[in-house]
Amino acid sequence: MTLMTSLRRRVFAVATVATLSLGFVHAAHAVDGSAPDQLIRGLSIEVLETVKSDKDIQAGNIGKIIALVDAKVMPHVNFQRMTASAVGRFWRQATPEQQGKLQAEFKTLLMRTYAGALTQVKDQTIGLKPLRAQPTDTEVVVRTEIRGKGDAIQLDYRLEKAGAEWKIYDVNVLGIWLADQYRNSFAQEIGANGIDGLIKSLADKNAKASAPAAKS
Amino acid sequence: MRGWARWLALMTLALGLAGCQTVKGVGTRIDRALDKVMGSKGQRLDPWESWNRKVFAFNEKLDQNVMKPVATAYSDLVPSPVRTGIDNFFGNIGDAWSAVNLVLQGRFKAGVEQGMRFAVNSTLGFVGVLDIATEAGLDKNSQDFGKTLGKWGMGTGAYVVWPFFGPSSVRDSLALPVDWQASPGVVFDDGSKKVALTSLNLINTRANFLRAGEMLEGIALDKYTFYRDAYLQRRGSFDDDDEVEVLVPGSAASAPAEPAPATAPAASTASAAASAPEAAASEPVAAVAADAPASAASR
Repeated sequence: MTLMTSLRRRVFAVATVATLSLGFVHAAHAVDGSAPDQLIRGLSIEVLETVKSDKDIQAGNIGKIIALVDAKVMPHVNFQRMTASAVGRFWRQATPEQQGKLQAEFKTLLMRTYAGALTQVKDQTIGLKPLRAQPTDTEVVVRTEIRGKGDAIQLDYRLEKAGAEWKIYDVNVLGIWLADQYRNSFAQEIGANGIDGLIKSLADKNAKASAPAAKS
Repeated sequence: MRGWARWLALMTLALGLAGCQTVKGVGTRIDRALDKVMGSKGQRLDPWESWNRKVFAFNEKLDQNVMKPVATAYSDLVPSPVRTGIDNFFGNIGDAWSAVNLVLQGRFKAGVEQGMRFAVNSTLGFVGVLDIATEAGLDKNSQDFGKTLGKWGMGTGAYVVWPFFGPSSVRDSLALPVDWQASPGVVFDDGSKKVALTSLNLINTRANFLRAGEMLEGIALDKYTFYRDAYLQRRGSFDDDDEVEVLVPGSAASAPAEPAPATAPAASTASAAASAPEAAASEPVAAVAADAPASAASR
């Protein structure tokens, strides 16, 4: 029983944080993108503050969350790299059109998690861990954690230097890198039904989730 | 309690064998068998997938028909403060076991901190029903024996799904009997009380997972694969005891605005971190407790 429960707890936290993770990143405008830890610092604080002051977001208003993420977070994310990493070796076999669709559906999928997690935001704070990187590094990991009741929720970011700016290309929630998390699932689906099959099953998942709000 | 030490000794032996890469003289057959189970050569970590899937399906059925309905009824019928108290009570027992494991992992400072948590909550918190320690800045840090084995260098090994107990790995399955020795049920000798307490613990845990469980349904393409990969990644990663700088809103404005030493990000982090310990203990909730209870109720 303990393993099942501990996994459940974990998965719950994953979901929560997965969602939070993207959100943390949302407040792009005022944020200094020239140093990776400063970027995460600024985004984390702004996102948390925004969520705490916005009842619609806390209630899981997905339209509002998507708008917010598009405006604030996405400029700091290399989402193509994140999707490519999750799709793995099949990415290069995909046509540009397929790649575009994969990105769009994957983003919606993560966004829904995100919306769910934001409904859990209450009195949490965010902690930043010391950056372990050389000034010359072009890829770094910035480690943070969400602190509230219960265990702190690990939330790390992989960032790459793109010109003068740093961009996020993967997120780790509770020890789980999201691109890695989806790689086997995506490969399994592509193996069975091809790239279009994966696009379709992602789209179906997303459509199904957005439709039955009545069920809850 | 008697069997405990023996178990530990046995397991340590078994693990020593399994964990180390130098299984010299035992022969390549055992070596190969271990490879299959421990995945040390980077093979797939789910050699028993078809069996695991069957057990997973069985567990899902069981959950749908028993655990989930019971947990739903529990969270509908039992008032929230009572549920929180029950959750804290079980969490407190977990803290004691976490403290032991942290010490076994050589993380003495963190171990003492969890021990303090347990001491404070067991006394001032009425046998753990109130979580006073968190308010006092002693944050929860859950550990189990499987993690301890991992810290000692043992990989997670192959994925295993047990009937009733759910997802596990070879390593965690070996740790399971040890962890059981520290489960809440052991405080009673009486069989029926044991069962009652264990059942309550199960229901409590399942109830905590209700919301997230529904959310996961929506983001997993194949639930089995999704759970497996999450389990193995999560169990194979380790936390650390680095100091944490708690971010507060004030610093949001100042950090980007002040002409920060842009060329020396490391330096600014270091100086920020230096002031962290103090803040970590005192700051957490004060900053933004304003609308705390509101969103919890909305579901």
